[in-house]
Amino acid sequence: MAKFDVGETVRVREAHPMGHLRTPRYIMGKAGVVEQCCGEFGNPEDLAFGRNGTPRQALYRVRFAQSDVWQNYDDGAADTVDVELYEHWLEPMAAQHGDAQ
Amino acid sequence: MSDTGGHDAGHDHDHTPPPDSSEGLGHYNVMEIAVRELLIDKGILEPGQIRAAVEAMDSRSPEGGAKVVAKAWVDSEFKARLLDDGTAACASLGIEMGPTRLAVVEDTSEVHNVLVCTLCSCYPRMLLGLPPDWYKSREYRSRVVREPRTVLREFGTELPDDVTLRVHDSTAELRYLVLPMRPTGTEGMSESELAALVTRDCMIGVTLPGVPA
Repeated sequence: MAKFDVGETVRVREAHPMGHLRTPRYIMGKAGVVEQCCGEFGNPEDLAFGRNGTPRQALYRVRFAQSDVWQNYDDGAADTVDVELYEHWLEPMAAQHGDAQ
Repeated sequence: MSDTGGHDAGHDHDHTPPPDSSEGLGHYNVMEIAVRELLIDKGILEPGQIRAAVEAMDSRSPEGGAKVVAKAWVDSEFKARLLDDGTAACASLGIEMGPTRLAVVEDTSEVHNVLVCTLCSCYPRMLLGLPPDWYKSREYRSRVVREPRTVLREFGTELPDDVTLRVHDSTAELRYLVLPMRPTGTEGMSESELAALVTRDCMIGVTLPGVPA
């Protein structure tokens, strides 16, 4: 079962474990909104070592405002970047800023 | 031809074919050969199966994606299915996505989409064939996510300021295809004529489909 719902604001954990990651560093620590729940998949960090990828992880497409991701992003104010992220990289965010797009 | 050193000592290389690159075989070339030879030695795969798989990969081209886009332009019911479940909609046209799942992202008058894989070079190969070299370059992968409008401008694509630019970073399990807007002036065209307007680059999102002359 996916822990987060579409429309929920989540924050990407900051962590730098050794091995194979599918979480790009530029998005760590950033907050975005769940755009789509994509189902469960084997954990690539485990699969990369020839193991079975369990526990499987829910995968999400999370949408970030470019102006939140980059300092001085001076292209379009409403521009976004969507990133696929596995659940164990996401933390719930208290809905104190209602301004993420 | 430069000799990159270490190969001039006269030791025996009889068992090794001469490298195709003057820089010799890299780490991953050697690993590929080792894995391939092991798979064959252990009887898991026949050489012909590997050859056939490579041939099938090489035979895919952007024509597959163009066919999907053109059909979506003329058939609103297909388009709805494509946006809802890209994998199933493509399968209905005989294009199988294999182990990956397809998400189709639609351009509108308000939103333009562009694709990248910042971590490696994930690409909708089943629909577009092998990726162009620039798509795999570090320059494109790092810059299109940081300054996408500048990168698009370098491809000759100027987006109006009031259009939202949406970058899709293909980091994990999904593969993406941009469904561009059907150009104006194409009202009377057949599906196959429309497909001829749909290029690889406009399905990545770095250009827009051309208007017929």
